[in-house]
Amino acid sequence: MNQIQLLADAVSLGSIYALVALGIGLIFGVMRMINFAHGDLIMLGAYALVLPTAADFAPPLIGAWPAVAMIAAIIAIVAFAALLTERFAFRPLRRREVDGATLLISSFAISYLLQSIVLFVHTGRPKSVSIFPALMRQVELAGIRISLVDVVTVAATALLLLALGVFLRRARPGLEVRAAAEDFIMARLLGVKADRVIALAFALSGGLAGVVSLLYVSKTGVLDFQMGVPLAVAGFVGTVVGGMGSLLGAVLGGFALGVASTLLQALLPEALQPSRDAFLYGLVILVLFFRPQGLFAPRAMGERI
Amino acid sequence: MIPRTMRPFFPALGLIAVLAAICAIVHLMGNGELEGILTEALIYMVMVVALSIFVSNSGVISFGHVTFALIGAYASAWQTCCSGIRGVFMPGLPEFLLHADVPIIPASVAAALTATAVAAIAGLIIMRLSSVAASIALLSLLFVFKTIYENWSSMTAGQSSLVGLPLYVDLWAALAWVAVTIVAAQIYMSSAHGLRLRAAREDEVAARAAGIVVWRERLIAFAISAFFFAIGGILFGHFLGTLAVSIFWLNMTFLTLAMLVVGGLRSLTGAVAGTLVVAAVRGFLRALEQGIHIGGATLQVPQGMQEITLAVVLLLILVYRPQGIIGDRELGLAAAK
Repeated sequence: MNQIQLLADAVSLGSIYALVALGIGLIFGVMRMINFAHGDLIMLGAYALVLPTAADFAPPLIGAWPAVAMIAAIIAIVAFAALLTERFAFRPLRRREVDGATLLISSFAISYLLQSIVLFVHTGRPKSVSIFPALMRQVELAGIRISLVDVVTVAATALLLLALGVFLRRARPGLEVRAAAEDFIMARLLGVKADRVIALAFALSGGLAGVVSLLYVSKTGVLDFQMGVPLAVAGFVGTVVGGMGSLLGAVLGGFALGVASTLLQALLPEALQPSRDAFLYGLVILVLFFRPQGLFAPRAMGERI
Repeated sequence: MIPRTMRPFFPALGLIAVLAAICAIVHLMGNGELEGILTEALIYMVMVVALSIFVSNSGVISFGHVTFALIGAYASAWQTCCSGIRGVFMPGLPEFLLHADVPIIPASVAAALTATAVAAIAGLIIMRLSSVAASIALLSLLFVFKTIYENWSSMTAGQSSLVGLPLYVDLWAALAWVAVTIVAAQIYMSSAHGLRLRAAREDEVAARAAGIVVWRERLIAFAISAFFFAIGGILFGHFLGTLAVSIFWLNMTFLTLAMLVVGGLRSLTGAVAGTLVVAAVRGFLRALEQGIHIGGATLQVPQGMQEITLAVVLLLILVYRPQGIIGDRELGLAAAK
């Protein structure tokens, strides 16, 4: 494999992890909760592309629609699913003012529920699916050949981050999300509606998860009911490494993790390559040993007294 | 009435007495299938009580304890598995293990200590993190060890299964280990270390101000808890007779956490009751999936309903009774007052 393609792979995986970490970070900001179900929302978006069958090659459902309709439908479905989890699980829990541990276990239960439902409907066999077959070819950029899907992934991520950045800084609802992440009680005193701002964070996070479903499946072409788990773990670890509570930190942490993962894959001797994740997370634990608060932790993240 | 001197030990001894009675009744009923279900439940109970030593006292949720069941189960297999053909399954074993014939109890203790050593080293770093970050780091620990064990074919048979572990775990062996684990949990809870850790759970900042080194207290609980969780994993291996890395993954994590939460995160009685309730619900759903005959009709639900129902039950309990069915009460304490 040439070095340019390696770099493209690294940046493309980094982009996907950055989007996952950002989706998790948005909800952590307003609720101080790690949403375990985030990876399973991605998985749900991927499975929405196909019809339920026991066959190896899944016949497309939404995956057969025209590109724009497909993208809009998947993003809408996943965002809607995220809102459902908020409305029927997290909101009642918040009303009862349960502690962080209970919220964390609830999101784990939702994750398990989503996996069990997909397992029930689509069976547990991994399936292959093809969307955007046009992306699977190589393109020449400035004399270098790289996969088109990597270029699209990186471009889409950059555009999304830019748009979201403007939204969070300029638009009133975006400002409310950031204010709530900064100091939830103060934001409420200043007129931010708690339910609305949390629902917005879930919708944004779900939308991001939908984008990841599309990008990830168009690259790998494989569906598996536990496919969300490694993605979510990468996203969690990205937010922890980046520094919990900082959105920029989450993006950078996720990106760094994706790049490190791809580079390890290339640099490790062949016999050790299957254990790449072990090295990757071993590295993460080492980073946390020196900076337990993460690389880009905001100062205000200690417990509020 | 409980004599005053016995009170500190009461929840533990009372729980063991109740469990022993349940075991005796089930054994006398002579239903082999039911006895198997109860044995499995008791093995899970070892894990759940072990988990509660860390989670209940520290307030930190662990998604990674299954790591220690994995390490323990395989370390026990290295010492006891498949006499004679051990080298065929696991050619990478060092010479002293290849032909060793360790009796089961020392083998279990040695295997559980191996897991404890891993917990102590990983804990040195993980216990310093904030509690949410620690939960995530513990999950990545499970990820790391699952990946290693899946690819370490010469020691673990990799993606395939190990068969031929000595099947010594029956109802009484499981009950004996449950008793030991419950007593250990009780002793830890009433020790100064347990008290300090619970103080940190209630108010970490105040506990620090009072001179408690929170990460050290967490580490102690974590190591003890890892030891007994590993025992649970070892028992599981010698109950099934086969081992595969995939057993020790999210299903087991979810099930043990669900058992703990359903009963109540804050009491030993909760851990025990939660395990029994979830195991009963699970056994019932499993029977339903196979079909129950009532009169002339057969009641059957499709495969997969078991997991969905369990997840829904857990969510309902979390929403409507987040303290669990037992809350923070303990068996017998009301009577003792």
